[in-house]
Amino acid sequence: MSTEPRHSEGPHNGLFVNGLCKSYGPVQVLADASFEVRPGEVVALLGENGAGKSTVSNIIAGSTKPDAGTIIWRGKPYSPANPAAAIEAGVGMIHQELKLLPALSVAENVYVGRLPMRRGRIDRATMNAKASAQLKRLGLDVSPERKVRTLRVAAQQQVEIAKALTLNAELLILDEPTAALGGEETELLFKQIRKLKAEGMSFIYISHRLDEIAQIADRVVVMRDGRIVARHERADIPVRTVVEQMVGRSVERMFPKLSAPGTETVLEVENLSSPERSFNNVSFAVKSGEILGIAGLIGAGRTELVRAIAGADPISSGAVRVAGRPVHLSGPAAAIRAGVVLVPEDRKEQGVVLEQTIGENLAIGNFDHVAPKGWVFPKAVQRFAEAGISRLGVKGRPNQAVSKLSGGNQQKVIIAKWVSRPPKVFILDEPTRGIDVGARAAIYDVIADLARSGMAVVVVSSDLEEVLGLSHRVLVLSRGRQRGILDRDEASNVAVMELATS
Amino acid sequence: MAVSNETSELKAGTGAAQAASGAKLSALFAGTMGPLIGLVLLCLALALTTDTFLTVRNILNVLDQVTVLGIMAIGMTLVILIGGIDLSVGSVLALASMVMGYVAYPDYLNLGVPAGIAAALVVAALCGLVSGLLVTVTKLPPFIATLAMMSVARGLANMITDGSQIVGFPDWFTNLSIVRHFGFLSVTVGLMIVLAIVFAIFLNYRATGRSLYAIGGSAEVARLSGIPVKSLTNWVYAICALLAGLAGIVLAARLDSVQPSSGVGYELDTIAAVVIGGASLSGGIGSIGGTAIGVLIIGVLRNGLNLLGVSPFIQQVVIGVVIALAVATDTWRRRRQ
Repeated sequence: MSTEPRHSEGPHNGLFVNGLCKSYGPVQVLADASFEVRPGEVVALLGENGAGKSTVSNIIAGSTKPDAGTIIWRGKPYSPANPAAAIEAGVGMIHQELKLLPALSVAENVYVGRLPMRRGRIDRATMNAKASAQLKRLGLDVSPERKVRTLRVAAQQQVEIAKALTLNAELLILDEPTAALGGEETELLFKQIRKLKAEGMSFIYISHRLDEIAQIADRVVVMRDGRIVARHERADIPVRTVVEQMVGRSVERMFPKLSAPGTETVLEVENLSSPERSFNNVSFAVKSGEILGIAGLIGAGRTELVRAIAGADPISSGAVRVAGRPVHLSGPAAAIRAGVVLVPEDRKEQGVVLEQTIGENLAIGNFDHVAPKGWVFPKAVQRFAEAGISRLGVKGRPNQAVSKLSGGNQQKVIIAKWVSRPPKVFILDEPTRGIDVGARAAIYDVIADLARSGMAVVVVSSDLEEVLGLSHRVLVLSRGRQRGILDRDEASNVAVMELATS
Repeated sequence: MAVSNETSELKAGTGAAQAASGAKLSALFAGTMGPLIGLVLLCLALALTTDTFLTVRNILNVLDQVTVLGIMAIGMTLVILIGGIDLSVGSVLALASMVMGYVAYPDYLNLGVPAGIAAALVVAALCGLVSGLLVTVTKLPPFIATLAMMSVARGLANMITDGSQIVGFPDWFTNLSIVRHFGFLSVTVGLMIVLAIVFAIFLNYRATGRSLYAIGGSAEVARLSGIPVKSLTNWVYAICALLAGLAGIVLAARLDSVQPSSGVGYELDTIAAVVIGGASLSGGIGSIGGTAIGVLIIGVLRNGLNLLGVSPFIQQVVIGVVIALAVATDTWRRRRQ
């Protein structure tokens, strides 16, 4: 092959990416991307959604082909035709959405496609023993015969890593590995990465959680609009610097100034418990104009709690009152009538109908408003949508499909759906999950505005900075129990984590 | 029955909606350009290759022949819109027509045809309600729930007369499908057209109709938005079965007889018509306008192949190819967007 890399074949045996370009039609998603990954090193790849991180990763992992540019891997030109070829060459990728077969066992998942055979039958004993050895290497104590769907997300992820290890991967691309993990689980993952790193394995680590980078990465590459805009030789760079490089402008302030809450109590929750015991005996009250943050690790029962308050899941005991009147929690419709609305955790599955237009998405849930006597008039929907769009500053038109919007704008559409009623209690579960850093500030402003207009606001978030920056008070849950409610001035990183891990 | 409530409610508002529907007629056929072009091309080809296709008499024939399919396809459109499927419509058609024959016929209950029709519609709607409850309460996948109902309803249809047919209804009843009022419109064809218009308006301009699109797009989004997903799902299956029962009565009028083996395989024709009309089996996409085109494509194709003297066996092959082609073009077009 006569590829002539711009870098000379380097002093190390790792990965050299040289001038990768990729366009989809007129849109250039990757322009002249070059960086290197040395053996035994973790390189963090940072950038907003659409910055080109996934495209680079997919090219290296063999699922996308570049228009131009070359890759050198272990001293040889490398251009995998497909993921199988990449795996053959020792390059694996762990996707954000895990690609496991839920109905099969852990060992079967690890060895799928290359099950050890003996006399024409699957050699289960060998398979289980080998898988077990890899799981031990990762410090994971699960039976290889356990069905994958019975495992928690964190354990499932480790099954994927175990699979990559048995494939003799020497470079592993991790796409948002901690997005669904709690604090302890993240710690475990980091421990495993450090161990594998010491054995000479290289990592490309993609994450939105900037605070993790300093802990786990050796070097940092920042991307924006398909280009590499910065390379840092150390990982302990200030978060603000990275954010500014990612969004391409200086970030003045992340969190809006909060107004003082009112005096009237709007939402009262009393001894609320769930049938599955995912939360127990939770009691709190939120005043008008107040933002209550709910913090806790994954699995602490935060989402379950707010879903129950919004009527989405049943409760076993307890009571919810809005403006002094008890709410009969028979379903979301009853809660909405009582003035309680929820912006759910999973935007794409629970928040919007992706293939429908902004107008249609706003009309769902507002037919009492846009359809007097049940007659829906396109013009009324259009007017309603235009009002919502301008109030929330959504970048889109009423007849545009929601799937074409960015995550931040989709979230604004969901908020716009409820804001005109107007509700008395506004609950937001993970309001900025998967949303660009630059777009988050706009969502924070919207949330502060909701409170300012007199609603009682409840915000659930796994991002501790977000809870602390946005809330008047913070309620901390741990394993379904309420560990305490901290005032803004006493709520610190440490104070919250102490309660959350208690 | 609440179905008639819905209908009268619709009629009350029809005046208000007419202005809008006139201006926005294009909206009714939105997303159905592909099937519409296919239908036009098909008609052109048949007009050129046969002398008889483009005669008033033949066109009226096609309409007569598609009434049963057309009425069932309206109900199936609703079910497919919410992301469901109903495999029981052929069996429910047979059961309803046997109930009508049994209640109406002198040798059995002899209560008269109107009582027979009423009983048939009630039984059909109950079948649908049971399918709906199996889906919403027992959480069976719609495919399984209606597969079970398909078997149960067929069995019941056979039990009524122990498998024998009932022949001979009053003239006024059979005339419903024979006599062409104003020189062209039989009562049964008129019924199909009115139902299509009523349900098209319902789906486009009623909050409940729009809610069905939301349920099909994402049932969880709809539920969290306060839409009563379960009860609407029950209603949709009940209405689909009710329309299948109505189709059974139309078929009885056309054939002047009822038999428990009628309607075998109709569910597949019905689903094919809806899908050819641009509906998505995963829900949220589809329209009565599209379904009407799908029904006409199947009707015209059968009629044309008959006129050309093509054997019924080859007709099945051709229709299968058309289904695959229609959906493939649609998928390809969507992906390109």
